[in-house]
Amino acid sequence: MSEEKPKRIAIIALHGTLDLAYPPLILAGTAIAMDMEAAIFFTFYGLDILKKDLNLRVPPLANPAMPHPVPGIPMGVPNIIGVLPGMTAMATMMMKGWMNKAGVMPAEKLIQACIKGGVRMIACQMTMDVMGVKREDLIDGIEIGGAGTFLDYACDADVTLSF
Amino acid sequence: MNVAKVLDCKGMCCPEPILDIKNAMGTLKSGDVVELQATDAGSVNDMASWSKRTGNKILEQKQDGSVYVFYVQKK
Repeated sequence: MSEEKPKRIAIIALHGTLDLAYPPLILAGTAIAMDMEAAIFFTFYGLDILKKDLNLRVPPLANPAMPHPVPGIPMGVPNIIGVLPGMTAMATMMMKGWMNKAGVMPAEKLIQACIKGGVRMIACQMTMDVMGVKREDLIDGIEIGGAGTFLDYACDADVTLSF
Repeated sequence: MNVAKVLDCKGMCCPEPILDIKNAMGTLKSGDVVELQATDAGSVNDMASWSKRTGNKILEQKQDGSVYVFYVQKK
């Protein structure tokens, strides 16, 4: 096990919502803990996960799996309500409350654990250009690259995932 | 059993116990035993997989009420 080349996981993080930020971070961080190598390529909305001013939210729309606000009462919020102002903040607050109760690490802490553990956190240069994101808008401990950077890494990966 | 370090991961959920034990491994020497206490029911399978992948051995594990206790020896 130890003498072999370490297993490697290459992940693409495409979305910038709170729920979709977790799986790539959890898997990459755990991979490092399991003596694997890991990289995440943050592209399009996924780039938001690397912002200094982290403000990940939960979309209240088009998500039939969202648990009911009051546990035990089998009546969900009609989807149309999700378009009202303040509903994104409400859904985010609810989700953060549930996560906190379950003992889930805050996203900021998980991001730092990934960086400290040695996950290669690659911000997509093209996305930065498209969205007008500057290097100083992003946290330290990351690198900037493009499709070539990711593919070079992914070519030697044992597992590749996209979220 | 001579326990070099105790990790209290009670109340934490995936992936924190695994991240914590990995960090603890970095502070110990080969042969040292760590006691990990967790309430995450998923940690039973996760610790078995972690042990298999990293080669650090689970010497003993038990359940004390809602707390799962693992004794892990650093390889």
